[in-house]
This record gives sequence, structure tokens and C-alpha cells, in this order.
Amino acid sequence: MVAVIDVQDISKSFKIHHERNQSLKERLLHPRTGSTEVFHALNNISFTVGQGETVGIVGHNGSGKSTLLKCICGVLKPTSGEIRLRGSLAALLELGAGFQTELSGRDNVYLYGAMLGFSKNMVDAIFDEVVDFSEIEQFIDTQVKFYSSGMYVRLAFAVAVNVDPDILVVDEVLAVGDERFQAKCVDRIQRFREEGRTILFVTHNADQVRALCDRAVVLESGDMIADGATQDSLRIFREHLMQDAVAHDSAQLLGTITIDSVTTPEGSFDIKSGSGLHLDAAVTSQTAYSGSFVIELFTRGGLLVSRSDAQGSPVNLLPGRNVIGIDLAQVPLLDGIYDLNVGVLDHHANTVIAWSEKAASIQVTYDGREGGIVELGASIRQQ
Amino acid sequence: MNEAPLVGQQHRSLDDTPVRVVSARPTLSTRLKTLWSRRELLIGLVWSDIRIKYKNSTLGIFWSMLSPAFTLGVYFLVFSVFLRNGIPNFVIYLFSGLVVWNMFQNSINTATGVIVDRAALVKKVSFPREILALSNVGAAVVYFVVQLVVLIIFVAALGHAPAWRFLLILPISFLSLYFFTSALAMVMSAINVYLRDMKHLMEVLLQLWFWLTPVVYSYENSIAPHLSRRGLTIIYFLNPITLIVVTFQRVFYVGTVVKSTVAPYAKINILPTWSFDRFLELNLALFAVTVVLFLIAEAIFGRLEGNFESEL
Ligand SMILES: Nc1ncnc2c1ncn2[C@@H]1O[C@H](COP(=O)(O)OP(=O)(O)O)[C@@H](O)[C@H]1O
Ligand SMILES: [Mg+2]
Repeated sequence: MVAVIDVQDISKSFKIHHERNQSLKERLLHPRTGSTEVFHALNNISFTVGQGETVGIVGHNGSGKSTLLKCICGVLKPTSGEIRLRGSLAALLELGAGFQTELSGRDNVYLYGAMLGFSKNMVDAIFDEVVDFSEIEQFIDTQVKFYSSGMYVRLAFAVAVNVDPDILVVDEVLAVGDERFQAKCVDRIQRFREEGRTILFVTHNADQVRALCDRAVVLESGDMIADGATQDSLRIFREHLMQDAVAHDSAQLLGTITIDSVTTPEGSFDIKSGSGLHLDAAVTSQTAYSGSFVIELFTRGGLLVSRSDAQGSPVNLLPGRNVIGIDLAQVPLLDGIYDLNVGVLDHHANTVIAWSEKAASIQVTYDGREGGIVELGASIRQQ
Repeated sequence: MNEAPLVGQQHRSLDDTPVRVVSARPTLSTRLKTLWSRRELLIGLVWSDIRIKYKNSTLGIFWSMLSPAFTLGVYFLVFSVFLRNGIPNFVIYLFSGLVVWNMFQNSINTATGVIVDRAALVKKVSFPREILALSNVGAAVVYFVVQLVVLIIFVAALGHAPAWRFLLILPISFLSLYFFTSALAMVMSAINVYLRDMKHLMEVLLQLWFWLTPVVYSYENSIAPHLSRRGLTIIYFLNPITLIVVTFQRVFYVGTVVKSTVAPYAKINILPTWSFDRFLELNLALFAVTVVLFLIAEAIFGRLEGNFESEL
């Protein structure tokens, strides 16, 4: 298998300027004001990706995932080291593509294609497919400045996946757009995999990594702490989370608290939009512990709907089995399935002590007219 | 990877595709090669620039001709009726210099701010960043061509013959203009990332620069004697635009010594009386210099671009 992406000893540091003014006058008058600090965002990262592999990059916020992807795409220049690439590359870095907002969607498709290094003929050949995929036929000749952010991302994604790249690089973009479009994107990435193309995929959603990737690289404060099979890497990632907790809290808490189950009194997780929900979390603790309890609700597409620790009010765990009641006064969500993560946090250091990913899936039914994920209860009238 | 996929055709093998290297500091020749390989993007950006300028206007390029034609008409009226300075066909003299100057000034004025203006793009898509500055120069070249056409039509309408032989030098002169303008545009666009008011400073400097270039006055007629007496001619010609402007004037205006239209029998030295060979020689030398300047600018840009992300 030939190496398509070969990252060799990449480091990247940023200069961070404190209180410096970018005007000529300021710089001439006060050349020494402000201090410059060097921040090491990536330290000596090396790994290779073979043709046909789908590799996930996981890590906390700020661990350097986006920076690494940007170096690979050539948006950022590494401070040292080298990256060797084979074949054409299409990238989707965070939101959007830097479209020229004054131009129409059509012009932007061509321009963006050219930016990615594809010729006009190649874009001609796939133009209809791009428009089709993006689902914005009616607006393709409208200036991009009138697009919603969803339309914008759809168009950018449609170009990137249709230009026939050898390597596709995706950075957390799947968090935008509606659920159906996300599913379509995931499908397309699956097809790319099956065709034996190379994909580099960054997401905070462990499930997406599990579903799509053969391998995962774990970053932690700019260091690569794991590179291996997805399951192994994700385990190391989680363990690291735990170790952090141990390091911060001298007590040997690791493994002493487990979240056994999350249930409802009715036994069903189906609710009507707008109604309330009571959940019981069964937690087993070996020691008495006071921490805070956190719940997170995600859409299936991996978009965080809400994270809450109930204003940090502490839960006092007793040795043995504890039941913690969670009351959601009302769930103003629209139709869909929402995944619930729950965890116990050390409320001083804010580190995770116990965590249960996808502890429950809540099915919400909604029969109103609003679209999206949350009901705003909008009323519209003429003044 | 061992088992054959069930659906979809297999993507092409990359075993024989060449390797691209992303490194901290690519060499100048790598940079130039990359730049050349992305010329299609340059063309795309130039057209999008022009489209944005004339968006929603069906008359499009027609407007871009009308405006210089109108300017020319006004100058014609002013200089042949109201402000008669005695120089016959002064409008042709003026416009042949102005065509060159406009290309230079438009390029620098638009390119200086371009990287800052397009920060969103620079932070998201990978392409040689200097292409942004070069695309502004490219758009200015398109307007330059349009203005040149207007000038040629005007020259023909007045029944004024250009200096046919000197026409040969024009492409060399134009290339010098292109390389010099591109070099300055690239460097300024990069400096402006670090010093944001470079843009305003440049606008002022260009005003001054304009008066150091013989566009609205005749170098031979007004300052040449003073300069040569003090041995300063060389300093004046250090401004690369000067030779280019003078060459364009020599081609389109032709006359070096002309009869005044106001004072009978008076002669006016309007352009240098250099021979064809002298013009060719000077232009070739300038061309070589501007190519070197372009390479230096590319290298400077490469140095400065390494830190864009911390400034944008
Ligand atoms: N242009 C920049 N200038 C300074 N610091 C930056 C810049 N871009 C990213 N960083 C810093 O580098 C670190 C890694 O960022 P990033 O790669 O975006 O992380 P991730 O994508 O894993 O959340 C962060 O601490 C961020 O603040
Ligand atoms: Mg990121």
C-alpha cells in the first residue's frame, strides 16, 4: 500500500501578540510595546496514511486537530518538518470555504474548484452533480451573500466531494446542516471509503469515528498520544480523560465510580415535544464522593444541543448504589432522536471521573410546523 | 483493505503519482513552479474580479471602454480649447502615459489590501497566496488593454500614425511594466498584513510617484535640462515607470521635437531624441531588472507569508 499522506516530524508554533497594534504609527512610535509569546500547537507529529485508509483525528478542543489538518492541506506552513502528499486533495476546513460572497453560487463553484486545483473542464463535468448534491438548484445563480449558513456549507461540501479528489480532508463540518444532509454526507464519505479513496476525518463525535474510520490518531495538547486501530485509540483517548481526572484529584478515583444505567419510570424514552422528562441514573461508587453531574444531549448528526450541570449543584454519592434523578422540565425539541451522555465531574478541576456515552436515546415526536431542532414558539404578526 | 469492496468502482491507484511536499520553507524554484501550475486559478480570479466590478451590468465591458473614452474626450476638449499649452495633439501624449500609469496605480491600490480583505479565504483554502495580488494586477491588465484599444481608436481617428518601428519595443516595455507592478503588488500585499495602514500610505505615495513620472508634463521640455546639468538624470530614471511611459509616448505620440501651436516658429523638445537602438537597449535592460525584482519579491513574499495566520 502506497503512502498517500506522509507526515514527517511536523511541528507548528504560533506567535501570539499581546496588545500589539498593527498600525504603522504605533509600531514606529512604540516598537517594543506588547510581548510576543510562542505557542506550540503541534510537537513532532509523524504518521502515514496509506491509500484507501480512513483515518480519524480525535482530541479535545485546542489539542491541535485543525492545525494539523491545515498543515496537511497547505493552508498553514509547518514551522518544521515536512508533509509528502500524493494525488489531488480536497479539504473542508471548519465552516465554509471562503466563498466570494459577491459572486453567484455558480461562479463560486468554478472558483472554488480552481482553488482546489481542478480545471474548468473538470468542474464543467461535475457541475450538475454538485448542484444536485447541494440541493440549492433555485439559488445557484443567486449571490452567495444571500445564502443561509446551511446552504453555504452544503455547496462547499458538494464541491469538495464531487471534484473527484484522491484525498478528502474533513474538519468538523458535519456538525452543520440538517440531519438529512449530514446523513447524505456520511453516506458519501462511506462511498469514498469503498472506492478506496483516502480520507482524513476530524470530529469530536466518537461514534462517527467508530463508524467511519479504520484508524484513529489521538492528539493531546499538540502531542500525538496514540495512532492505531480506532477502538484502541478511542480507548486511549478515554483513559487519558480519566488520567487527567486522577492527576488533578489525588484520590484514586479512576474506576471507582461507574454509571450503570439511565432509565425512565415509564421505561420508554419516547416523548412528545414540549413535555417534560424524568430520568434516573444508577451510579455505583466505591467511596463517598461529592462532584457534579453533567448531562449532554446530541443530535444524531453530532451537534451538541445542550450541556448542563444544573448550575453546578453537587451530587453526594454514597458508597454503593446511588440513584440520581434528572428532571428535564420541558424538552422543546423537534422530531428526531437525541443521544444522551451523562457523566460525573470533579467540580473543582472540571475533569471527568465517570462517563457514559450514549447512555440513552430520546425519541421526540413533534407535530407542529417548525423545522430544525428546537421549538422557538415563534408567532408572526403585522404591527 | 484486503477484501474487495462490494459497491462502487475502485479509485485509481496512486502508486505512480508524483509526490507533493509541504514544508516549512519551499525553495524559490518550487514556489515558482507551484505558481505556474496554478495559472488557471489566476485567470479565474481575474475574471471574478472583473465580474464583481461590473456585476449585474449587461453593458459590462462596454462601460469599461466608455469611461476612458469619456476621459479622453474631456482631455481633448480641455487641452485643445481651454488650456492650450502649445503642444500639438497633447491628448495623445497625455493618454499614452496615463494608460501605463493607470495600470500601475490600479494594481498597487487594489493589491495592497487584498490579502487582508480575503483573510477568510487565506485561512481556509490552500493556494499560493501571491495569486491574490497577481489577480489584481491581472484585472488591471485587462483594463489596460481596454484603454489601449480606446487609445488606438483615438489615434486612428485623429489620423495620427504611430512610430511603427518602435512598436516592436512595446511588448518588452509592457512586460517590464507587468513584472515591476507584480513585484511591488506582492510585496505590498504581504507588508500590509503586518502594517495595516500601508494601504493608506501607499495611496499617498502613489500621488507623489505620479508627479515624479512624466505623464502630464514633458520630461524633455521641463526638467531634463535641470537634471542633466546636475547629473541627476540617472536618479530620475531609477523610477522604472518613467522609461515605460516614455516608450509608450514615443510609440503613440511619435514626435520628439514639435512645433508649438501657440508661438509661431518656437520648437518644443517633448521626448528624448534617442535612437531606436538606444530605446531597445534601455528597455531590455529594464526588462532584465524587473524580472530580477519579481524573483526577489517572490522570495520576500515567501518569507512574510509564513506568519500570516498570526496576523490575520
Ligand atoms: N492562528 C492562530 N494563532 C494563534 N494560536 C492559534 C491559531 N490557530 C490555532 N491556535 C491555537 O492552537 C491550538 C490548537 O488549535 P486547533 O488546532 O484549532 O485545535 P482543535 O481543532 O483540536 O480544537 C489552540 O490552543 C488554539 O488556540
Ligand atoms: Mg478544530
